[in-house]
Amino acid sequence: MPDSQMTTSQATTGSVTTMEHEAHNPALLHHFSDAQQQKNAASLGMWLFLVTEIMFFGGMFCAYLVYRLAHFNAFAAASQQLSIKMGAFNTAVLIVSSVTVVLAVKAAEVGKRKLLVGYLVVTVLLGLTFLVVKGFEYNEKFERHHVPGATFKFTDTFDDNGKQIPVNPKEAELFFSIYFVMTGMHALHMIIGCGLFSVLAILSWKGHYTPGYFTPIENAGLYWHLVDIIWIYLFPLLYLISRHS
Amino acid sequence: MASKAASTENTAMSANQAPKLNYLNNGHSLKSWLLTTDHKRIAMLYLISVTTFFFIGGFFAMLIRLELLTPQGDLMQADTYNKVFTMHGMTMVFFFLIPVVPAVLGNFLVPLMIGAKDLAFPRINLLSWYLYIIAGTLFLHCMLIGGVDTGWTFYTPYSTVGSNTNVIEAGLAVFIAGFSSIFTGLNFIVTIHRMRAPGLTWDRLPLFIWANYATSLIMILGTPVVAITIVLVAVERLFHLGIFDPALGGDPLLFQHLFWFYSHPAVYIMILPSMGVVSELITCFSRKRIFGYKFIALSSIAIAVIGFLVWAHHMFVAGISLYAAMIFSFLTFFVGVPSAVKVFNWTATLYKSSITYATPMLYAFGFIGLFTIGGLTGLFLATLGIDVHVTDTYFVVAHFHYVMVGGVLMGFLGGMHFWWPKISGRMYPEGWARLSALLVFVGFNLTFFPQFILGYVGMPRRYWQYPPEFQVLNVLSTAGASVLAVGYLLPMIYFLWSLKYGPIASDNPWNAAGLEWKTTSPPPTFNFDETPVVTWEAYNYDEIPDVPLEAPVAR
Amino acid sequence: MVEQQHEVEGDLTVEHEHTTHSQGFYLAIGAALLVLTATTVAAAFVNLGPFNPVIALLIATIKATLVIIFFMHVKGASEKLTGAIVVSGFFFLAILIALSLADYMTRSWR
Repeated sequence: MPDSQMTTSQATTGSVTTMEHEAHNPALLHHFSDAQQQKNAASLGMWLFLVTEIMFFGGMFCAYLVYRLAHFNAFAAASQQLSIKMGAFNTAVLIVSSVTVVLAVKAAEVGKRKLLVGYLVVTVLLGLTFLVVKGFEYNEKFERHHVPGATFKFTDTFDDNGKQIPVNPKEAELFFSIYFVMTGMHALHMIIGCGLFSVLAILSWKGHYTPGYFTPIENAGLYWHLVDIIWIYLFPLLYLISRHS
Repeated sequence: MASKAASTENTAMSANQAPKLNYLNNGHSLKSWLLTTDHKRIAMLYLISVTTFFFIGGFFAMLIRLELLTPQGDLMQADTYNKVFTMHGMTMVFFFLIPVVPAVLGNFLVPLMIGAKDLAFPRINLLSWYLYIIAGTLFLHCMLIGGVDTGWTFYTPYSTVGSNTNVIEAGLAVFIAGFSSIFTGLNFIVTIHRMRAPGLTWDRLPLFIWANYATSLIMILGTPVVAITIVLVAVERLFHLGIFDPALGGDPLLFQHLFWFYSHPAVYIMILPSMGVVSELITCFSRKRIFGYKFIALSSIAIAVIGFLVWAHHMFVAGISLYAAMIFSFLTFFVGVPSAVKVFNWTATLYKSSITYATPMLYAFGFIGLFTIGGLTGLFLATLGIDVHVTDTYFVVAHFHYVMVGGVLMGFLGGMHFWWPKISGRMYPEGWARLSALLVFVGFNLTFFPQFILGYVGMPRRYWQYPPEFQVLNVLSTAGASVLAVGYLLPMIYFLWSLKYGPIASDNPWNAAGLEWKTTSPPPTFNFDETPVVTWEAYNYDEIPDVPLEAPVAR
Repeated sequence: MVEQQHEVEGDLTVEHEHTTHSQGFYLAIGAALLVLTATTVAAAFVNLGPFNPVIALLIATIKATLVIIFFMHVKGASEKLTGAIVVSGFFFLAILIALSLADYMTRSWR
């Protein structure tokens, strides 16, 4: 990872004028030599955090894949019980929210405070929309006894091009276990994201961010996009198994 | 004798000048410690907490050794024994071995060695310590209300449907400790990328920094996987979701895959920073530029990467496919290459050098010896046929103690002695220190070498009773453990003693290379009065005078 | 690499790398993502045999790549390090999945 390009530049742009900067900048933390170094550090830290998120969800994707290969018919039959409409709607909601986030970052960059707050608020509302729809989906699962546990029931069959293949309800329960863990963990990240953007909207309204300093907006945006990407994979993997039959 | 002269001289010197403001005397209130963002103070907080957990884990280790003194299960019941070895393992692995070198020595030294004022995210650094403390407190509570008996590995389905102990609480503690470790790793990587002093290019970095960089990569890439795995176990217990439940078509082996994906590289989280320490010690006390700098640096990265390719060698007899077992066996041998590169380069550095047998160097020699034995027996275990014979025996126990305890603790203690003058501003008593180094080395081998033989002749691990013919070797092992305990207690006592009575240390008592020696002992809060500019290669010992005569070392 | 000399003295201002694009560009990428979502749903209802999951994952990967490159500004980032980090994240995830499957795909008794 260490590429020589950044090595030389780091070496040459090192810090000698530390003291003067500190004197002028209360927002610059003491141990950084200048604002650029502070911003680069924060950005690198955020990207590394995103890598930990990839690996965190990656464990579940690995489990999903192993079980899908082992119990394909049950996974397909169970997947077909999910609502494509709600899943696709939520996908669209998240994509639109990613657009509003990136527009918010742009608004921050050019210093349009009200526009920034507006985009952040819309993002939070879109996030909440996603969660409400997810709530309806979960509710439907409860009503149809598709929640794993003592009350779990599954009587559907796998429709393989008109041929009805019975599936082991236990294996369908495994699918729903994975479904709830993955979407639940994703929803938890959405809730955290909504909280994050609510705080940022308030701080933006108070004028904390300037075209020279909006790193928190950028980094929260990166987080939101990653949560979006995870859903981009979850949607086809959970909702769209063998829908053609 | 030299040491005595030096001490009187130094005390005389210190008497007529007021102590300089440093990180230790910059505020004495409890608040100034508990809310500090100074990486050096956080390192000291970590030092106190990991030492506490080391002695808790050590207490369980002594219970195990006492129980195994006799073939009968006369000290405790089988159930209790299960809990004891589980809590020994969990405490030592998650609360001592993983944080010990990075969070104590790494925290203290990474900014100092690269000429920075602090880590990139000082508040996250403090948060990471608090997460560790929350996790540790949870785990202590878990012990007090009855403990956990799954083994430190949390294997399913026992941990999900079998055990009626506090699995969730222990899991939560490990989960939180994992985040503490992730934040440390994240902080190190960002700091090493962004905060290096002018002129300190990648090929001038101390090898300890390279080692911590590689360690941090594993922390970032591996820890989240074990975190989600433990979450899956917890939801399976709590909500009866059945991720690993064979009754639903789930696979308990999948748990082992996910668990070892982290927990095998975790061994390198433990050993890599110690290897970094040893690289520093070897070159300083042989007064020679390290042999093959680039190879040692890159071998750390290689160990981190290859370490992710070998995890299923823990599962050879668990029921994975023979084909996969062959792949993993094959790949496992490759970890031996960068490890051997390190050992050969260290010994090549020693060749025709001017060696000083100071305590840190004794530990470095101890490390090389123990790690070589641990590493070579690792190759036995990587071999499919031999592994079938010795899986789950004391051979495995001896092997990983040689690597994880022999390796890590030798590195940690060596590093603690080497940097103690920098940390505390005082010298430790050399005579006692050498005695303890000897006790640790002898005690360690006496404890664990018999276990290789025990395992090879068939004593299984995790049993509270054994056939009488194994008793002689077990008694030897317990005797060794007692010697080892004295060896570990001694440094704690004389380090504490030296805080008040030790001779005042100069800024660079070993005449060592490295930026950390260019500031005062102990360093001021922001490390350097002036940001250093580096124009030299690491370990330029040919340009540095020999170890000064005042240093309390015999030649 | 970013030149720090541009920094305005005494002000917490960072010289912009101008990584952001125009509003119309972002809307276009958003529209493309929505179209791809519709495509993946439509493709799921066509019988492509073993290629159904392949198409679904391919489209998902295209969408993810669009988000990473344009919304997360990896392409315009000042240094290659960001890209290297993203790639290594997915690389190690691939190792986890590939080596786990090396076991599951070769269990002869299944």
